[in-house]
Amino acid sequence: MANTFSLGIDVGSTTVKTVITDKENKIVYSKYQRHFSRVKETVNDQLKIISGSYPGAHFSVCITGSAGLGLANAADIPFVQEVHCAFLAVKEKVPDADAVIELGGEDAKIIFLTGGVEQRMNGTCAGGTGAFIDQMATLLGITADQLDELSLKAEKIYPIASRCGVFAKSDIQPLLNQGARREDISASIFQAVVDQTVSGLAQGRSIEGKVLFLGGPLHFLNGLKRAFVRTLGLDEEHAVFPEDGPVFVAYGCALYGAQSGETLTIDEIAEKIENSRASDSIVTGEPLFTSQEEYNEFIARHKKYDLGYADIRTYEGDAYLGIDAGSTTTKLVLITGDGRILYHHYSSNLGQPLDKIAAQVKIIRESMNPKITIKGSAVTGYGEDLIKAGLAVDFGIVETVAHFKAAAYFCPDVDFIIDIGGQDIKCFRIKNHTIDSIMLNEACSSGCGSFIQTFAMALGYDIAEFSKLGLFAKHPVDLGSRCTVFMNSSVKQAQKDGATVEDISAGLSSSIIKNAVYKVIRANSPDELGKNIVVQGGTFLNDAVLRSFEKELGRNVIRPAVSGLMGALGCALYAKENTTGESTLISGEELANFTYTSKSAKCGGCTANCQLNIISFGKGRSFVSGNRCERGAGKGKKNSIPNLYEYKYSSILAGTGINQPARPVGKVGLPLCLSFYEQLPFWDTFFKEIGFETVISEESSRDMYYLGQHTIPSDTVCYPAKLAHGHVEDLLNKGVDFIFYPCMSYNLDEGESDNHFNCPVVAYYPELLKANNLRLNDKNFRHPYMDMNNRKNIIRVMKETLKDCNIGGKIKNAVDKAFEAYHKYQADIAAKAQEIISQARAEGRKIIVLAGRPYHIDREINHGIHKLVTSLGMAVITEDSVAHLGHVPELGVLNQWTYHSRLYRAAQYVTTQPDMQLIQLVSFGCGIDAVTGDEVRSILEGGGKLYTQLKIDEINNLGAARIRLRSLVAAIDNKQKSGGEKCQNT
Amino acid sequence: MSEYVKFTEDMIKTHTILVPDMLPVHFKLLIAIFGSKGYKMELLTNDSRAVVDEGLKNVHNDACYPALLVIGQFMDALKSGKYDPDRTALLITQTGGGCRASNYIHLLRKAVAKNFPQVPVVSLNFSGLEKDSAFRITAPMFLKMLYAVLYGDLLMTCYNKCRSYEVNAGDSRAVLDKWQKTLGDMFREGGTKFMKTKKLYRAILDDFAAVKQTGEKKIRVGIVGEIYVKYSPMANNHLEDFLISEGCEPVVPSLLEFVMYCAAGTFNDAKKYDSRNLNSTAFKLGYKLIYSKQKELIKIMKEQGAFEPLHDFEYLRHLADEYIDQGVVMGEGWLIPAEMAALAQSGVENIICTQPFGCLPNHIVAKGMSRVIKEKNPNANIVAIDYDPGATRVNQENRIKLMLANARR
Repeated sequence: MANTFSLGIDVGSTTVKTVITDKENKIVYSKYQRHFSRVKETVNDQLKIISGSYPGAHFSVCITGSAGLGLANAADIPFVQEVHCAFLAVKEKVPDADAVIELGGEDAKIIFLTGGVEQRMNGTCAGGTGAFIDQMATLLGITADQLDELSLKAEKIYPIASRCGVFAKSDIQPLLNQGARREDISASIFQAVVDQTVSGLAQGRSIEGKVLFLGGPLHFLNGLKRAFVRTLGLDEEHAVFPEDGPVFVAYGCALYGAQSGETLTIDEIAEKIENSRASDSIVTGEPLFTSQEEYNEFIARHKKYDLGYADIRTYEGDAYLGIDAGSTTTKLVLITGDGRILYHHYSSNLGQPLDKIAAQVKIIRESMNPKITIKGSAVTGYGEDLIKAGLAVDFGIVETVAHFKAAAYFCPDVDFIIDIGGQDIKCFRIKNHTIDSIMLNEACSSGCGSFIQTFAMALGYDIAEFSKLGLFAKHPVDLGSRCTVFMNSSVKQAQKDGATVEDISAGLSSSIIKNAVYKVIRANSPDELGKNIVVQGGTFLNDAVLRSFEKELGRNVIRPAVSGLMGALGCALYAKENTTGESTLISGEELANFTYTSKSAKCGGCTANCQLNIISFGKGRSFVSGNRCERGAGKGKKNSIPNLYEYKYSSILAGTGINQPARPVGKVGLPLCLSFYEQLPFWDTFFKEIGFETVISEESSRDMYYLGQHTIPSDTVCYPAKLAHGHVEDLLNKGVDFIFYPCMSYNLDEGESDNHFNCPVVAYYPELLKANNLRLNDKNFRHPYMDMNNRKNIIRVMKETLKDCNIGGKIKNAVDKAFEAYHKYQADIAAKAQEIISQARAEGRKIIVLAGRPYHIDREINHGIHKLVTSLGMAVITEDSVAHLGHVPELGVLNQWTYHSRLYRAAQYVTTQPDMQLIQLVSFGCGIDAVTGDEVRSILEGGGKLYTQLKIDEINNLGAARIRLRSLVAAIDNKQKSGGEKCQNT
Repeated sequence: MSEYVKFTEDMIKTHTILVPDMLPVHFKLLIAIFGSKGYKMELLTNDSRAVVDEGLKNVHNDACYPALLVIGQFMDALKSGKYDPDRTALLITQTGGGCRASNYIHLLRKAVAKNFPQVPVVSLNFSGLEKDSAFRITAPMFLKMLYAVLYGDLLMTCYNKCRSYEVNAGDSRAVLDKWQKTLGDMFREGGTKFMKTKKLYRAILDDFAAVKQTGEKKIRVGIVGEIYVKYSPMANNHLEDFLISEGCEPVVPSLLEFVMYCAAGTFNDAKKYDSRNLNSTAFKLGYKLIYSKQKELIKIMKEQGAFEPLHDFEYLRHLADEYIDQGVVMGEGWLIPAEMAALAQSGVENIICTQPFGCLPNHIVAKGMSRVIKEKNPNANIVAIDYDPGATRVNQENRIKLMLANARR
């Protein structure tokens, strides 16, 4: 029989698409269906339908798609790469297209068709596509379609980190908790997807001409379409959304198949797929439970840790209310004076924590016996400030304090608490009944609890059902322990290799645990965690997760029956201990008429122009969010707590505007990025001395980042480096004769180190800028190599670099002057630090050494974290201002980078100062801080100090940082109270 | 630097030194050389998931993948019970330089100290680090090691070519095994037979050339990148085997290029930063010696004619200048763009650039240089692949397949 039909099967990460074409390459049949991980079954279901419509026909067949590779190999059916399919389909259907953007479940692709064909696909660290949208919708408690509808009614767009799904989530969550409109958030989610696709994939190539949009999300989601069209500035004629967009790749696959000779009947194809055997390459672990008895014993053991109960309708006496306004969930507990539970509540906040909690308080007020008096109330969690303001709660406490209180209630000798919630993993090590160290997950691995939930839903289960499946799985899959985006691909691989849903469920539980143990706690052995371990948080209600934890540690742990309510319980206990006898909590009548309005505004208190969100509750109560300092919150007064970050930032720029030569010989541009955050005084002076006008790039901002975004070739490099692209563009726009940006393998040798390198990125970033910004050339971008430790070398190199500028004789003197300026600047910073220290001591303030790199003073890089520190009443100084006062203690690693050596010395110095603490600022993607972090920790902990690390990236939201800082303050206070703070000279 | 267990004279007799699995062909020859000096060495081959798990447990998760694997492999081996910890030492290379990799040895020592405090970690370096170790490389040994690298490169190059086209599966492997043994024996005996390079090179080339080949035309795929991930099959998920299964010929640049890159870096920097001294002069002399040996091998490969000769190193340096300054010396530095350009110009236009996820130097020298390399070599088809404990094979293979689909068009 002639080769009449061709069948293309596109097996994506979430859907199966089939297309049949006739000999004219026309689509005669197509189908788009979610597979919920049941790849083989779904494909065969589709084949059965086809078999009915085309009895006896012969097909040439081909498989494509990210999950199709394994299936094709196993079934011995030809495979073709999906981008190639898209290419073929476009050639056939829209031959005049210039570019194609295709979004699938987990992949994003761009094909440039004209002006040099190029095909690109997102890298390993770039979720944020179809699955990302699903995940975000889940977060809001709606479907993707509802998200789409909401987005069409948006009024404003919030900046949401676009690089990776997990990051975006950390941006969205606090917005939700602060009461931002869901319409606006929905539109912002789509915009983030667009930004990610455009910046992550285009990498320097602009997307122009006729653009074809393919894939499910770009077909079904109008808000997403709109965002793409708007961002790319396309008109109707140039933005093509084809009718068969979702099956376009399957169509291309059919076209590819049509070129091959071999044909099969549908039954033969179905048989091949039916009989395909998955490879045995999946790595599996031990089952969680081998028998029902083992499970029963486990359940009985954990039943022991429970609270008593009392009836809210009949109990008479005092009661205390605890509220935990978590990132995704809302928890409330009302307890009696002797710790029995009167009422408890646990639910998803569906992105509206205030409404949820107000409704719950109303229920309590209405249903409780009139003879109950609520004597106190306390709230914790992400929504703490909002709830405290809205419902007039007595106390707001830090989560860490709340959790410790609750854990100690069940196990007074607790050594270690681990709490896995919707978005956070929090671990505390307890020594002498105080929190000794706190470990929180980094932005990169957050989202674990809600990840399981989203995943369960993607597979068509509810969370409880899904996790039960894993309990008796025979071969739990090993899914790795990296961030959730990676886990997605691991799951995909396991599915491809034939793992069952049961195995995957168990594997996910174990991944969450491995992530917590190895990434957050960084434990080598269970002994490090101590004897008495209390686990809590909603995620541990999941028996599979709890069991995985016990198996991983090889020991039993305590899970209170109210595991999910521990934060709220801690609050209630706190309220009880600290009650004034009367609670301010919102009354029944007020609740009956409870309303609020929310509006957005710009702060204008300073140049940061924070986007404020103001919620008014009537009666003069209001809540402001989005502000970075107190000014926006309407507390008016200028912050007078000394802050070296602010001072350093203004003093590095202070000299640049003045003393410009009257008749300059030329105009040199100096980009305010990376190494210039330290060397600007040097080069600014140098160039002015030899007669140049110096032009400094504008201060960093989000817009500055966007300005250079299209020239960033590596999306995993740190944010400070990415900003450099914008600074270079800015200088080019300003019209300078040339930009000067030297390469330096070595930094200045400050002694006490094995070597004095720069990190590879700081050392050679100019090379990358030059290679990726088409506007740069040898003439307008000069990036000589030099060693700043060798004056002779600087002079020689600068002579060569400027040989066309005719200033030979002045260079030597200019270098001397430049060094003078540099040393003066450094001395000034050190002196200012001493001034701040004295002032802080006089005022009885704690002093924080906010230790990072010189470029961390950039406001767009630090996102105002230093202001957050001062808003907690502590003074801030920098690592370089005190490094010379310390010395490098014995290290377990090579001390070979100048900037990093300062961290060690500053940390050592801090251990000698009773009123100082060090917080390490780490830019995401800084591999070197993987080395320094552990060392700084051991220096500090060896000296009886707490170690705190804050990871920063593009994310502009300080919610997590705030919790960490407040926890630190609480821990320091606690330590001091118990006399734990000691000072060791090492 | 904190105190660590030293490798003492006595241990040479009593201890087995474990060697990580990076370049099996080369490392087996090097082990033979050390064998001739009385050191007992063993190349590790354990590569199960347990290696990664041990790595995750013992190394900071943000440390790079090679550190994680090397340390994981050692820890897994020590815990396997196969080796008596009182009679075992570990060998790790140490390059020095501004990359994180200089810290591997310290991270390894940290991990070992926690679990097996008695096990010494030995540094293999050519920069005079850790002089108090009984593990020493003398000048004659250095020379032998140079020859081992040359032979290793020749075997690897011929083997990769031959096995991609062999008619009878296993023929190429047999030739490789034969020469691996012959050369290994020569080095172990300690004589000077290995010095008869010309004769041996020709014999090796002829032997491989005699393997029956299909004569078909295949897509040639160059592999460049971070040195460990580029070479170690465990790290790159058996990339060479995967490419062969996809009907391609893997082309892997030689180890000697990296050795010469390191040597050149020292005297280049000395000139650049006006800091010439005895050390840099010595490196220059060493470089000249190595270069003459490389030229000799290239000449013989050309004469024999069956295999494409290695890239002449001076040519690589010259090529690098078109893209990047030779002052970029951290990690694999300027060598990566130079190799990519050399591959593209010699007709190997499809290139996979391998690196650990988040590799700092490769932001600059690999991903950062792709655009200019494509600009000057319009047919270059480059894909960057990141390796990581969490990165899945399906993801990596899918991207490689995309690159191959491009290549086949």
